[in-house]
Amino acid sequence: MQTSVRSLDLAAARDPAFQADVERESGQTLASCYQCGNCTAGCVYTPDYDFPVHQVMRLVQLGLREQALSCRSIWLCATCQACTTRCPNNIDVAKVMDVLRHMARRAGHAPEANVKTFADSFLSSVAKHGRVFEAGLAAVFAIKSGKPMQDAGLGLPMLTRGKLAFLPHEPEGNGKAEVAAIFARFGRFAADKSRAEAGDSAKPSDTTEDSK
Amino acid sequence: MSGSSTTPATLAYYPGCSQTGTAAEYDRSTRACCQALGVRLVDVPDWTCCGSTPAHTVDHILAGALAARNLLQAELIGHDRVTTPCPSCLAALRTASHHLAAGAHPENGAPEDTGPSYRAQVERLLDRPAPLRADAVSVLQVLVEDVGTEAMAAAVTKPLTGLRVAPYYGCLLNRPPGLMQFDDPENPTALDRVLTACGATVVDFPFKTECCGAAFGMPRLDVMLRLSERILGMAASCGADMVVVACPLCQMNLDLRRGQVNAFAQGRGGTGYAMPVPYFTQLLGLALGLPEAALGLDKLVVPLGPALEAARAREAARTSQAGPANGNGPKEKAPCA
Repeated sequence: MQTSVRSLDLAAARDPAFQADVERESGQTLASCYQCGNCTAGCVYTPDYDFPVHQVMRLVQLGLREQALSCRSIWLCATCQACTTRCPNNIDVAKVMDVLRHMARRAGHAPEANVKTFADSFLSSVAKHGRVFEAGLAAVFAIKSGKPMQDAGLGLPMLTRGKLAFLPHEPEGNGKAEVAAIFARFGRFAADKSRAEAGDSAKPSDTTEDSK
Repeated sequence: MSGSSTTPATLAYYPGCSQTGTAAEYDRSTRACCQALGVRLVDVPDWTCCGSTPAHTVDHILAGALAARNLLQAELIGHDRVTTPCPSCLAALRTASHHLAAGAHPENGAPEDTGPSYRAQVERLLDRPAPLRADAVSVLQVLVEDVGTEAMAAAVTKPLTGLRVAPYYGCLLNRPPGLMQFDDPENPTALDRVLTACGATVVDFPFKTECCGAAFGMPRLDVMLRLSERILGMAASCGADMVVVACPLCQMNLDLRRGQVNAFAQGRGGTGYAMPVPYFTQLLGLALGLPEAALGLDKLVVPLGPALEAARAREAARTSQAGPANGNGPKEKAPCA
């Protein structure tokens, strides 16, 4: 009896639309993954992943949306392209990981909070200055991550080599304003999109906040 | 001097954010080498951030718009060919360019975030027409294909004879191959050929394209340290005097974060590493006889001088014992400092 209960639970966890959603957003055919494991074999991040990359692909095939979108692996992928380069079925695996990260953000998952904070801080710096202001990014990240002293030792070698700019090198013309406008439009469109999505599925979205 | 196959070019130049700060020496040495080899660089006016990795991890259209703005800036001054020293910028610019090009051929069919829909969405963020033709190419590719290694070798006045170098390409310079369309994605050789033209001895380095930990230095230092330690460890076991790089992020992890990497290595019973990590343009500049100040050698955290001196002394001792150098370094392993 218990066996049939468990299999019913597994079936209930499946979201048959999930694979189609990932395929539409990534442009990749997930069904052509035959689990050879070549992506995992070449992935240097496997020791840090909770699911090796071929299993992430399998989670998508099985329609296990929650497991796929809440896993750490999708945040620890550096998009180094080893998996994409080596997939015998020409699946852009790194792009699938990227799309899962997008979906995880929209669903409010961020198990590697500092990875998300770093990306958000980086883009905030770009939105503000038109270019990344490295010292400003490091300072903002140090505070937001709760690890203020981690890279304190890098300050002196950077300072003595003239690599620590205390002021941002901003674009000389209208670029800064144009980039700020790109981010503003992105924020507006993302908010519209999440309102539209919330209309039928009531999913929480923090994408708008992230882009600010 | 003229190139081996084509006249040296004039290209739009996209420095990228790192090259105004932590990788200032990459920018400086790139400009110096290009000038010496007759490649004229015209800065993309009013350039802005390409979006790099963080943008594409958040949204592909946002990433496309941030990159496309710079391609557009290049087109506005009449350039379709943009060169950048940074592989991450290269990936961002090429991805946007190729997806926009796919939009010009809707009959081929395209997924939601490429093709005509991609162009329309990017233009919605840009609020002006997206670029039509501009594409990006790495500085390394320009030097190898537009100048050519023969012309480069002919211009070398101070060959790096006896210097044993591990050529470290990093993840993105050649990958994914469908996007980059340059060199071999598993065993690239362009950097090897440049360094050989400089007179250096290129060691057989199995980790040419292994990831160094990328941008995880801040958010997951432990992950980055493990991966960068592997790269230095492999270079040491291959007998390299130095790891030569083409990426500002690789360089930061392997050089600026060396104290952290060595502490990590020592915590696991290792001894740490003393080998420098110059940009390939710094070594090329030295071989071309350019002044050190033009190459920003003083900006490296692990100094280049001692390793160059040691290699010179070793080469002198070798030639005095075994006759003239034949250009191929000895195969025995050097001690890991």
